[in-house]
Amino acid sequence: MKVWHFTEQSYEPGWHKTDGPIRIVPPSRLCDPEDASALLNRYLDEWVAADELGLNIMVNEHHTTMSSISPSCMLQLAVLARQTKRARLLALGIPIANRPDPFRIAEEIALVDLLSRGRFELGFVRGVPYEVFSSNQNPVRMGDRFTEAHDLILKALTHLDGPFSWEGEYFNYRAINVWPRCYQQPHPPVWMPGQSESSGQRIARYGYVCAAFLDGGGAKKMFKAYREAYQAAHKRPAAPDRLAFCGLVCVGRDKAEVDRRASLMKTYLPTLRRTSPGIANPPGYRPIEVTAASLRAGEPPQGFRMLDGRPLPANPTDEELIAAGTLFVGTPDQVFNQIKSFHRAVGGFGNLIIMAQAGSLGHADTIDNLTLFAREVYPRLADLDQAVDVAEASVG
Amino acid sequence: MIVSLPGPDRKIRGRSVEILTFGSGAPLLFLHSAIGVESSFPLIERLATRYQVIAPSHPGFGNSELPRWFRTVDDLAYHYLDLMEELALTDAIVVGACFGGWLAAETAIKNLSRMRKLVLIGALGAKFGAPADVEIADVFRDTYQDVRKLYFRDGRPDERDFSKLSAHEVNRFVRNREALTLFGWAPLLHNPTLRPWLDRIAIPTLVLWGAEDRVANTDYGRAYAAAIPDARFEIVRDGGHLVQDEKPDEVADRILAFAGA
Repeated sequence: MKVWHFTEQSYEPGWHKTDGPIRIVPPSRLCDPEDASALLNRYLDEWVAADELGLNIMVNEHHTTMSSISPSCMLQLAVLARQTKRARLLALGIPIANRPDPFRIAEEIALVDLLSRGRFELGFVRGVPYEVFSSNQNPVRMGDRFTEAHDLILKALTHLDGPFSWEGEYFNYRAINVWPRCYQQPHPPVWMPGQSESSGQRIARYGYVCAAFLDGGGAKKMFKAYREAYQAAHKRPAAPDRLAFCGLVCVGRDKAEVDRRASLMKTYLPTLRRTSPGIANPPGYRPIEVTAASLRAGEPPQGFRMLDGRPLPANPTDEELIAAGTLFVGTPDQVFNQIKSFHRAVGGFGNLIIMAQAGSLGHADTIDNLTLFAREVYPRLADLDQAVDVAEASVG
Repeated sequence: MIVSLPGPDRKIRGRSVEILTFGSGAPLLFLHSAIGVESSFPLIERLATRYQVIAPSHPGFGNSELPRWFRTVDDLAYHYLDLMEELALTDAIVVGACFGGWLAAETAIKNLSRMRKLVLIGALGAKFGAPADVEIADVFRDTYQDVRKLYFRDGRPDERDFSKLSAHEVNRFVRNREALTLFGWAPLLHNPTLRPWLDRIAIPTLVLWGAEDRVANTDYGRAYAAAIPDARFEIVRDGGHLVQDEKPDEVADRILAFAGA
């Protein structure tokens, strides 16, 4: 089992400075530069600590929001490439349909891969729906734009014979020639996140690592769809390292410490809803039938689901959060048992992404959380790898 | 009274189109607003007392087919030139409202030969000012209920109960929003080069504007009219952006007076 430490890098001090949405619209006047600078440096320190503890690193990016003040995962991974020694460095991910210049994305990938001497892992994401308001890319047909960017970036990374041109529907270049070339050949390992069975199938056909976030019920279905589609497309079973799950992880020595830490971390959960309703589902981002179905049902788009398929309630108990895989919380023994049980329930996976910092959890608590996990939970996770023939996994 | 819309059983150069035809007389081509043709039925019924009103749903709207290769309003404009040709419209009055006004202008700048007069009601599509000037409201930013405060002077809510509508009707609603997004997302509901080409519109033009249009205000409307050689600008009191739906009788009177003159 590979473990990756992740934080969204929130600007948590701003959450109570406004009653309204924390995404897209809050004025940056609410951002205290001293606080933002301290937080960004602190989060990087925590990733360096993760490396020292033998864990891997995952970084993401968001835009125009207090929920995450990392607008460039690649810039931060470049810093971490110099500051870490062993950790794999996963960008999950680069919003390739939102960013306007896939050639530039390919160049940044090569740069970070070289700076890290081949520790970079490459995640392509569509981005959350409302960030089309920041990028201003058209949400309609964005899947096609994503596919063209994906194809272009992979060609750019692997074409070693001089400049090539690209006159596509969405992108036009006369001379793509990525200098310097990547460290890893033919290119770094590729990941994509997903939420549905159809995304699991699509990612499986590519052979990429498929990552689910915070939604255990959804992950269970998506992983099953992935395994079936992978077998059909590649004529062999998917190795465990093809699947990844991310949950909040909160470890403490005793109930008092656990409860204190958990309540600080759980301040993250209500912020997931703090987005203007008008921009939460821009036309075209989801298929027409899906939007039409949710309008007829009078429901907003689906949230996290527990393993038994039921939606996670609006104000969930810890038991319900654990049942959804959204949160693993307790003493090291308890957290290990929750992970073991969850791992079995979803049919296994080889990558555990631990959100070991979230919400109001401060630096000392985060370091201690990471340390307890690394020393007392992580070593036991090796037992969980599925007993399958680990065939050479496709790198796409 | 218009009771229902026909199916998309008309082909325009191989593309399926849903075309409402109502009334009799000389042809009047009506190009509907951002929210679809249905909301303008009262206006269409009034205009149909003196003209044969031809009211297609734009490609991607209603049940009209959207070819995958259509990307911009230019494609819609050529589509309307095709339509006018296939329906053999001559000396047509062309009336466009809101997004349909943008399409009417884009079609007219290309080829006026089948048009006699043009009416633009709350037309979008042009830009007159500086980059940070907000001349057209961002209708994509609100829920489908909240955006009605931009579209209608009284902000009247959409009272349909989606749980009681058929899948077909709800799909239609969602399709309209998606098509508007495809064509109007960025640059926001305009074409940066439409404004200089507006002086190609060499036919009499009426530019009608609701006094309280909250999508594009009367200053914008005035500038639009000023960019068209033979245009006059008229304001409709107590009207918002979709003034033709809010005040169909008054708008119809103004159009019929202008068209008949």
